[in-house]
Amino acid sequence: MLSHVKQRARTGALVTIASAIALTLCATTISAREKDKKKDKDEDAAPAFVAKRESEGVFPSTYKPYPNAATALTGATIYDGKGGKIDNGVVFMAGGKIVAVGGPGTTIPAGTTVIDGTGKFVTPGIIDIHSHLGNYPSPGVEAHSDGNEATSPTTPEVWAEHSVWPQDPGFTRAMANGGITSLQILPGSANLMGGRSVTLKNVPARSVQGMKFPGAPYGFKMACGENPKRVYGSKGRAPSTRMGNFAVNRETWLAAIDYANDPKAKRDLGKETLVGVLKGEILVHNHCYRADEMALVMDMAKEMGYKVSTFHHAVESYKIGDLLRENGVCSAIWADWYGFKMESYDGILENAAFLQREGACVVIHSDDANDIQRLNQEARKAQKAGLRVGINIPDAVAIQWITHNPAKAMGIGEMTGSLEPGKMADVVLWNGDPLSVYSRPEKVWIDGALMFDALNSKTRPVSDFELGQPGEGDVK
Amino acid sequence: MIGAPKTRLRPIGVLGIALGLAGAFVGYKASAQDMVVTNAKLVIGDGSEPIDGGVVIVDDGKVVFAGRPTAGQIFSTDVVIDAGGAWVTPGLFATVTTLGLADVAAVTESNDERAAASPFSAALDASSGINPTSQHILVHRAAGITRAATSMVPTGSIFAGQGAIIDLDGDANAVVQARAFQMVDLSENGSRLAGGSRPAAMALLRSALREAQALVGKPGTPQTTEIVKDDEVLLSRFDAEALGAVVTGKQKLYVEVNRASDIRHVLALKQDYPALDLVLVGVSEGWLVADAIAAAGVPVIANGLIDLPDTFEQLGATQSNAGRLARAGVKVAINTATMENPRRLQQAAGNLVALTRVPGASGMEWGKAFAAISSVPAEISGMGGKAGVLKPGALGDVVLWDGDPLEVGSVPTQVYIAGVKQDLTNHQTRLRDRYRELDESARPEAYDW
Repeated sequence: MLSHVKQRARTGALVTIASAIALTLCATTISAREKDKKKDKDEDAAPAFVAKRESEGVFPSTYKPYPNAATALTGATIYDGKGGKIDNGVVFMAGGKIVAVGGPGTTIPAGTTVIDGTGKFVTPGIIDIHSHLGNYPSPGVEAHSDGNEATSPTTPEVWAEHSVWPQDPGFTRAMANGGITSLQILPGSANLMGGRSVTLKNVPARSVQGMKFPGAPYGFKMACGENPKRVYGSKGRAPSTRMGNFAVNRETWLAAIDYANDPKAKRDLGKETLVGVLKGEILVHNHCYRADEMALVMDMAKEMGYKVSTFHHAVESYKIGDLLRENGVCSAIWADWYGFKMESYDGILENAAFLQREGACVVIHSDDANDIQRLNQEARKAQKAGLRVGINIPDAVAIQWITHNPAKAMGIGEMTGSLEPGKMADVVLWNGDPLSVYSRPEKVWIDGALMFDALNSKTRPVSDFELGQPGEGDVK
Repeated sequence: MIGAPKTRLRPIGVLGIALGLAGAFVGYKASAQDMVVTNAKLVIGDGSEPIDGGVVIVDDGKVVFAGRPTAGQIFSTDVVIDAGGAWVTPGLFATVTTLGLADVAAVTESNDERAAASPFSAALDASSGINPTSQHILVHRAAGITRAATSMVPTGSIFAGQGAIIDLDGDANAVVQARAFQMVDLSENGSRLAGGSRPAAMALLRSALREAQALVGKPGTPQTTEIVKDDEVLLSRFDAEALGAVVTGKQKLYVEVNRASDIRHVLALKQDYPALDLVLVGVSEGWLVADAIAAAGVPVIANGLIDLPDTFEQLGATQSNAGRLARAGVKVAINTATMENPRRLQQAAGNLVALTRVPGASGMEWGKAFAAISSVPAEISGMGGKAGVLKPGALGDVVLWDGDPLEVGSVPTQVYIAGVKQDLTNHQTRLRDRYRELDESARPEAYDW
């Protein structure tokens, strides 16, 4: 009975609000109708069926931050994500935002949950710029292989979000073991133009929209080198060579430019994405291993009038650190992958350090459901390789490679990726130095909501897939 | 003492360690020298915790002493290396790898890991494909791995063929033991190779073992009919002959297996073939049947950090697997096959230590974790007491490190294999040296070498 009353009350409230909206809408509707009448006289009738434009909001994010409690972490070593370090520091978050970051004297309002971080470390949430969680999920069965639309060398029309399975258990591992709070899901590299990426908050959700990072720009996946020419060359079609790769790309860009210049062009999903790139609204993430090819891609971008945000898997970036700095292009790299394919043969441990030496932008990425759980350890390997050749990379800068730098390269650097007042409270409390192999996340907050707590087994997400299976809810 | 002529090493109970012997060092030569490493943070590799102020003595390529020196010990030697408090360990032992079998895995003509089109499977002998100067061997040597089990990958049949134990010293003879083990794949991948199901894989294995049994002592007798499917040979007579060493227990049988129920079926093979010397590889769900594995006394080469249900046979995968198996009394080494590159062994072991600090997780204490990448894999590989451990009689595989060897980013500063100092340069270090600065003002980088 009581619940019935409650429900009625809630419905009642809704009705009130709805009628208020209806009233305001009414006014606009009438004037619009009058306008339409006027139009009818001058022009043909408006089409009966109209698809929404992207600018009107399609597949919009439905993510809302989960409830938070005002929380202060005290006594911890803080890496702010932008190269700063505070010993015995305080991070205070409330309302889902970072409110204050400072030394032991930082003001903490009454009523705040205070967590003693003595001997522990605090970083911004870790960000992976290159992941296939959800579009190549676990279990990695054929039925789940949704990352490469390998039916044409250019598929700018596909959107990675339409392949993301939010029940991929990999998301939970990335959070619990890797402190991942945001990540970019990219199409694979079979195609020269693989399609749009999507940036997600690493929160469990029933739909991908429930994970979409509000306000994040889209990315656009491109690939150079061996993969596209192998995939399509083996089908007896272009491209089958590296020169073919460039030819197909350039023809496609020219067609997109024509489309952009033609106000009467019929809508074309792929070209809409390419025009988004030309306008600088969609950021290019280009899979590219070899230095010489990156140099060519940067010239192609200049020719066609777009910009590359980041080269991914760029194992040879160290050979052109100067060029990458001058062009303002980031390199998203592994610490130690090498030699598994021809274009990775020249991978060296010092890649990140040599880029840092040149003042070029470094991002450590995973491209892997296992490595995404240890980006902090990968950053350490790359940092130590630099120290051994006399390049001093402070710990706080190594952390920047997996926080602020990827955030910036993904176009979300104003919202997350560092611990600064007003930014999203995406925060990890580590049980020790995050650059040590011996440390793990103890707590992870996303927009101020505690989403993982190693000290409380129930504050650990378990995907639908794992329910009732061996090891459900295990530490993993 | 300085410059004293080399004499046979003998501990003499009169004076302290004679550091002055360093003067005897006259330069590097690529042969086994007698040497003493002093002032080491010494890791024996047997599961014990590190010893501060440790000493290792190598004579004629073998360890004669490792531990805390007793008061008054004195040694004569060619070389004294003052470790200055640095970590000193036995060489790491990597298993199961493909080291030496490919230059670039995706460049098929350089890749001897696979032979899908060959009519042979169990008869394949990996030792005939090892390239001792493969860059992968040089790179991994520089990462402190001194010995490895290396094997082909099953592609044409469930049998990968016979794996070898190799050293990484880059000389002409990489192979320490050829045909050290046979490897068979009873994972879902093996089911696929056998024709599409677990029963098909098990039937193939059992019929192969039966044929091998029939052939034991009668090599060359054409008793075995080929087992073929379409135009694929799943088992030839030569394969059956090769399995003779397996059914008689002279050659270890490594079984790739993951699902708990599959593990039970593998253990049950011993009922019909009691001589089988089994080693389980992968074993993602091993923790669910840890007691059965322990009771069977079968060692495990376990996936170190796999924690995702990548296949349906790995639903229970957890990073705590190795720790839980060890706690149940199973002998556990860390499998490198699931790593991007085997030089991540130290990282896997370090993560097992990290798990000891995670509530509800099972890991390993530092000494045990190190043993899981040194003495334990050596024992499983038939080199117990000889490799992966610094004890009298062991091979002089000694590594000096620039930091905690289980910590990410730590690398060796010196590597000795059987007492011989190793060159740590390789393609990667040469690229590093060339691109230390980007200066082409005088000449292109191509002249910087």
